[in-house]
Amino acid sequence: MSGGVASFDFTSDARAAFDRAGLSRRAFLKGSGALIVGFRLAFVDDLGLAPGSVTAQRLDGAGSSQLDSWIAVAADGRVTAFTGKCELGHGLSTAQAQLVAEELSVSFDRVTLLQCDTALTPDQGTTSGAQSHPTNFNHGNLAQAAATAREALVRRASERLGVPPDQLVASQGAVSLKVDPSTRVGYGELLGGRSFAMNVDPNARRKPPHEWTVLGAAVPRLEIPSMVTGHFEYVHNVRLPGMLHGAVVRPRAVGATLLGVDESSVQRLPGFIKVVVRQNFVGIVAEKPWQAYQAAGALRVSWSDGTLLPGHRDFHETLRRQQPSRDTVLVNSEDVDQTMAHAARVLRATYRYPYQMHASIGSSCAVADVQADGATIWSATQAVYPLRSTAAMLLGLRPESIRVIFKMGSGCYGCNGADTVSYDAMLLSQAVGRPVRVQLTRKDEMAWENYGFPFVIEERAALDATGTIVAWDHESWSATRGGRPGPSNPGNVITGLLAGYQPFGVPRGPAPRPTSFGNTSNTVPSYVTGCVGDRCGGTGTIASQRVLTHAVESAFWTGPLRSPERLQNTFAHESFIDEVAAAVGADSVAYRLRHLKDARLAEVVESAAQAAGWDSRPSPRAGLTGTGLAKGRGMACVLYEGDNGYCALVAEVEVNRDTGAVRVTRVVIAIDCGPVSNPDGLKNQLEGGALQGMSRALLEEVAWDDHNVTTVDWRTYRTLYLGADVPAIKTVLINRLDVPATGAGEAAVTVTVAAIANAIFDAVGARVRQVPFTPERVKQALADRPA
Amino acid sequence: MNLTVNGQSHVIDVDPTTPLLYVLSDDLGLRGPKFGCGLGQCGSCTVMIKGRAVRSCVTPIGTLADSEVTTLEGLGTVEKPHPIQRAFIEEQAVQCGFCLSGVILTAKAFLDQNPSADEESIRRAMSGVLCRCAAHVRILRAITRYAREHA
Repeated sequence: MSGGVASFDFTSDARAAFDRAGLSRRAFLKGSGALIVGFRLAFVDDLGLAPGSVTAQRLDGAGSSQLDSWIAVAADGRVTAFTGKCELGHGLSTAQAQLVAEELSVSFDRVTLLQCDTALTPDQGTTSGAQSHPTNFNHGNLAQAAATAREALVRRASERLGVPPDQLVASQGAVSLKVDPSTRVGYGELLGGRSFAMNVDPNARRKPPHEWTVLGAAVPRLEIPSMVTGHFEYVHNVRLPGMLHGAVVRPRAVGATLLGVDESSVQRLPGFIKVVVRQNFVGIVAEKPWQAYQAAGALRVSWSDGTLLPGHRDFHETLRRQQPSRDTVLVNSEDVDQTMAHAARVLRATYRYPYQMHASIGSSCAVADVQADGATIWSATQAVYPLRSTAAMLLGLRPESIRVIFKMGSGCYGCNGADTVSYDAMLLSQAVGRPVRVQLTRKDEMAWENYGFPFVIEERAALDATGTIVAWDHESWSATRGGRPGPSNPGNVITGLLAGYQPFGVPRGPAPRPTSFGNTSNTVPSYVTGCVGDRCGGTGTIASQRVLTHAVESAFWTGPLRSPERLQNTFAHESFIDEVAAAVGADSVAYRLRHLKDARLAEVVESAAQAAGWDSRPSPRAGLTGTGLAKGRGMACVLYEGDNGYCALVAEVEVNRDTGAVRVTRVVIAIDCGPVSNPDGLKNQLEGGALQGMSRALLEEVAWDDHNVTTVDWRTYRTLYLGADVPAIKTVLINRLDVPATGAGEAAVTVTVAAIANAIFDAVGARVRQVPFTPERVKQALADRPA
Repeated sequence: MNLTVNGQSHVIDVDPTTPLLYVLSDDLGLRGPKFGCGLGQCGSCTVMIKGRAVRSCVTPIGTLADSEVTTLEGLGTVEKPHPIQRAFIEEQAVQCGFCLSGVILTAKAFLDQNPSADEESIRRAMSGVLCRCAAHVRILRAITRYAREHA
């Protein structure tokens, strides 16, 4: 595959452009103004685009209503598309290139996709929340721009050929007569490298999925050949002329503040350039990375003691008692207490979820070149425009003078250290006036990243005499601190705080009455009607319902980790529906369906069950007595974010009753995310999501002592190594063509944890309600079984 | 000191305690071996020396005089990938790709020594290698495909 993102090398292209333009390295280094112009020229030149055809509309950033912000056609017919949704290792760049090729009727290898660069691409906010497909693949943005471009080219051909547009067809990068395909004119000739100079037409006709030839196909990912041969340029590989290397010195304890730095402790070290201090931020700049790490380790710094952390063992009890809290009510039919009081039976259970980490395999890295009048930052951030905005705050520069260029890092799974290390690099670069690259150490990454939220969740259900649920009551407690910096909160990550910005606080106060239904965090279980006012947005049938949450201040940083809150809530909801089904002696799949009204959610449940060969019977299985290995199966389902993709998953496990060890032997996943853009890419996401979910279900938990996080490497923070006994995974893709595309990358991980808990119960009759399901906790659950 | 990397000879002049990884990434500009943990725990920095998979982030350069080092780049190219690299392309056994030096070179070193290894022993040989995206299923499929076709 050629012509894709992978083969496009930002930095060396820019250097080559400078060479061609006869500009000196000095000019390259001197001013970011020259740098930005240079980069811009490099693109225009390499993509065969005439100067002015691409850049004019993009100088101010967004311009997303203008077609030229999204699509450019070179004189030789090559197509360049500009997107604000970035490749994170999930195959999005390939899928977006397929989308453009499809809508523009041009061959796939003639499309180059440029992603996430504040000097070149439209402002599409953050690549997160499984929102890239809904944003760019339905009726708006990139898809609509490509459709507009195709229609504009057909109109131009109509004028050129003197034939009405309806007698023309666009195909393979040219417009031809329907009756005589040999009469054709190429896109390059029609546009001649000039701009479209028109708005995106909201009424341009998108190709219906049944006409697709490229989109919807299992096109191999563009980056893979260069990745497997070691040539792919990650942000970690960006090298600039004159570049120095930095390392950071984080506080000795959570909450510790800086008392003093003894610069003489490192001044004689080889390669040492500078110690940089800004409020509580301390960093080192050296000639080489090894030297920077050595100096950071040797620097004598005195810190205050920091705060006393809550005890790790009884953390969830502390969390539940903590005040003040920010309370939210998502639904409240205001009859739950009465329904409970008159119910035939009331069941309740409490679920506990730990802090977990993104724990990216490559510690986070960024390169910044900060000069007096502007800056360029190479970052694996999911949010180039918001980062530009907070960089302006930190650097005291105008946002327009800063360019943020996305370069892929290792998988992030949400807000890992990419933003904070970008701040590290820019603070150090500003202090020395030269480009600085920083890659965090493993410990700095793991001790200070924004963890996934811990939770305590209480579920209560009232049953009628037939065993049907008639009321569902949900109350949860979670802890939060910081998060994505967004455009205005650099203090939401550690470096911003150290440099003097506060995290976005937890607003306090009682919950207002809900005014509309929303379920973006899957706080509302699938089985209730979700009625707020006149609208019932839920997927279930239970009318008596109350969902109340409490958010309290966290001692540790938190932020979105793949399926943030959705996974934790779904673990509780889907475990609880299973517990209730077991209590009334019902098959858990049938019992789910009995309380669901949403046909698409019911269909993924039925599809997964059928593909797994689900035998309808109550859990636990018969014949629980004995020792040694026991097998079971469990199900979980979700409508992700309340409106963003349907998924159901069956996990089969083997539980060792002597050791408490759990082995997942098979996983079956059914998904309905609308029209499938790339079935192999989707499968890859489902498989990885399920196994990452298995890792989180069985192994992962952040731990700490009185003052510090103690899970700071791969020995102390356990995850799924390649030697693990992984299950066979079967996927069922329900390719629904008549509905909008939804997200898919966070669906499988959301349901895996509950499905495994339910399978453990099915196997041995013991209910695990605290993640991760370690052998000790499984053995405890076995011991706690009612006699 | 002299160091041969991917068949090219280099004269290296750095502090002998410097780990090999830094020489490869910063002095020689290679992109294959990557800093993941700096502790020899994840495998991202793996290279091959004398047929063995070695973690370059914890291997001081001073211990490697006159050694021959092979990185991921040394196996094959985008145009002409090594058969094990081709197996990964064919199986699309990648998500973010950051782990690939550890994955591919550990598997290759093991299969060079144990060409008829079965799936279970391949899995055991990979037990110290991390893929955080959890592309395990495809990775193991790509390795067994290569083992079946070429080892």
